[in-house]
Amino acid sequence: MRISYPTSIKIIKVPCTGRVDIIHILKAFEAGADGVYLVGCLEGDCHYLNGNIRAGKRVKYIKKLLEETGIGSDRVSMYNVSSAEGMKFAEIAREFTEKIKALGPNPLKLIRV
Amino acid sequence: MSTQGNLERVLRSGGFVVTAECGPPRGVAPDMIRKKGEMLKGYVDAVNVTDNQTAVVRMSSLASSVILKDMGIDPVMQMVCRDRNRIAIQSDVLGAAALGIKNILCLSGDHQRFGDHKGAKNVFDIDSVQLIQCIKGMRDDGRFLSGEEVKPGPSIFIGCVENPCIEPLEIRAMRLAKKTSAGAQFCQTQCVFNLGSFERWMEMVRQLHLHEKVSIIAGVTPLRSVGMANYMKKNVPGMDVPDELIDRLKGVPKEKTSEEGIRICVETIERLMGIEGVRGIHIMAIGWEDVVPEIVKLAGLYPRP
Amino acid sequence: MIVADRKPFDEIIKMLAPYSNILVLGCNECVTVCAVGGAKEVAILASQIRMRRMTDGVKTKVDEKTLERQCDTEYLEELKDVIGSYDAVLSLACGCGVQFLGERYIDTPVLPGVNTTFMGVTEKQGFWTERCQGCGNCVLDRTMGICPVTRCAKSIFNGPCGGSWGGKCEIDKDLPCAWHLIIERYKERGRMDAFMEIIPPKDWSTARDGGPRKRHREDMEI
Ligand code: SF4
Ligand code: SF4
Repeated sequence: MRISYPTSIKIIKVPCTGRVDIIHILKAFEAGADGVYLVGCLEGDCHYLNGNIRAGKRVKYIKKLLEETGIGSDRVSMYNVSSAEGMKFAEIAREFTEKIKALGPNPLKLIRV
Repeated sequence: MSTQGNLERVLRSGGFVVTAECGPPRGVAPDMIRKKGEMLKGYVDAVNVTDNQTAVVRMSSLASSVILKDMGIDPVMQMVCRDRNRIAIQSDVLGAAALGIKNILCLSGDHQRFGDHKGAKNVFDIDSVQLIQCIKGMRDDGRFLSGEEVKPGPSIFIGCVENPCIEPLEIRAMRLAKKTSAGAQFCQTQCVFNLGSFERWMEMVRQLHLHEKVSIIAGVTPLRSVGMANYMKKNVPGMDVPDELIDRLKGVPKEKTSEEGIRICVETIERLMGIEGVRGIHIMAIGWEDVVPEIVKLAGLYPRP
Repeated sequence: MIVADRKPFDEIIKMLAPYSNILVLGCNECVTVCAVGGAKEVAILASQIRMRRMTDGVKTKVDEKTLERQCDTEYLEELKDVIGSYDAVLSLACGCGVQFLGERYIDTPVLPGVNTTFMGVTEKQGFWTERCQGCGNCVLDRTMGICPVTRCAKSIFNGPCGGSWGGKCEIDKDLPCAWHLIIERYKERGRMDAFMEIIPPKDWSTARDGGPRKRHREDMEI
């Protein structure tokens, strides 16, 4: 089964969302990303015990950093999906893309100094 | 020791003392103190003057005490450790004694977090037990904390406070023992609402024979409304207001609550008078000073010796 | 360790307003352990500053570096050849590091990126609490290993005060009353006799009250 998702999304694979550091996400925005979201396993299903839960907490913290930076906290999100839910994965991709489209492009791309 | 104050005189003569409290004004309003003084005069043996209570700025306890003293009232000057270091404290003790103040009550002081200057720096150079020791040393040994000579020393009747209603009670009794051995001569307690716990505390006090060395003056507060009772229960640290009391206040029509509050207070006093080792009562009717004469009369404690 | 907290971002941005060529400088010691001023936090803050400056339309160059320590001349030397090229250094070290760096390189403004808060411990991951105020005359042997100077809100030596309630301090329901803790230990060790001893007024001259302090070991001097 092939399920399609918006082509504007660039997927970066990591062993566990717990591996994603704050700076990785900030760097993505610095490089011009319009939004970043993490897709982790369902809570309780982490192969590394609680990587996904820690990622969730980290996303909350990043929201604060993005807000004060002027990028806005809505451009980052965390989702939990099981590996068996391909449809859900595509659905989330569409949902997040819509949300970011509504927010418009990364403000950094509008201003070039 | 030179001339005694009225409080000490009544206690030494074996009488049951009555003291009340007066909070100084938040402005230059000496008449306000005089008004409260007039209200209390003749009904109590001494009047406590609070020292920037709850860390809210008010007229100094020393100045307010002198105003009361000039009216013929025996003031109990309260002194907290929060705002002055040992230099200022000893200087104020000398000043107070020179102006004729006879009683000083030593307290730690509420943390400034509760007050109107939350950004203030606190001092707490010495604590309340050390403050008691300090005044005793100035009086009995003629020495400042530094060891230097005080010439002549102040004649001060030294008081302390204790909270008889918070657990663990034995710590509260032991702490009174520390204050007594530091030199406290009288102890005014935090408001007693929970008589059961007060009685248990007094039992420990008697076991330690403290009541023979320090005059225990039990604090009471008339509850004016259900709201006030709830507020004290929830927001005042260390205040134990039993639910039965609140229910009793709730049980009467609204216009009768304050009357009921006075009745509860008088009953409390009557029970306190029957407890061995209780040498007096301290009525803290904050913002309701005019009720004090009525309570004193109803409790059969009028006229004063 | 010394625990610090990052300054509010807007305050940092305001502080940096006059400068366009900035070095964000971390320290590998305490502030790394308490996750406020190590290489990781330097990278995050620098990235934030770059983005914010860009959205504000201000041209900025923000570099990142982390020294082994900012309170030791030895490590400060590393900056000798580069510091001159910056308009300002935003140091994420504690107040000691910020000052010492400024003393070494007097021509470059060194600004504080963190608020130095206390000397403390990592009570649990992500949670730090205060333990010592450096009073210069430790009394932990008398108080069962619990510091009354630091952990009692009133620094009292003959507690607990009348506000101690249910084992908590009067100023905060989540804060243990130091004297409650001390007494619990006296009890556990059968040392209530020690509690009954009055601790005399403390000599504060060894603390900050005696003026800035120094320590000297001549045998170590070169
Ligand atoms: S007594 Fe002084 S040196 Fe010892 S832990 Fe407390 S503040 Fe630090
Ligand atoms: S409640 Fe305990 S910790 Fe708080 S000020 Fe009083 S004695 Fe100190």
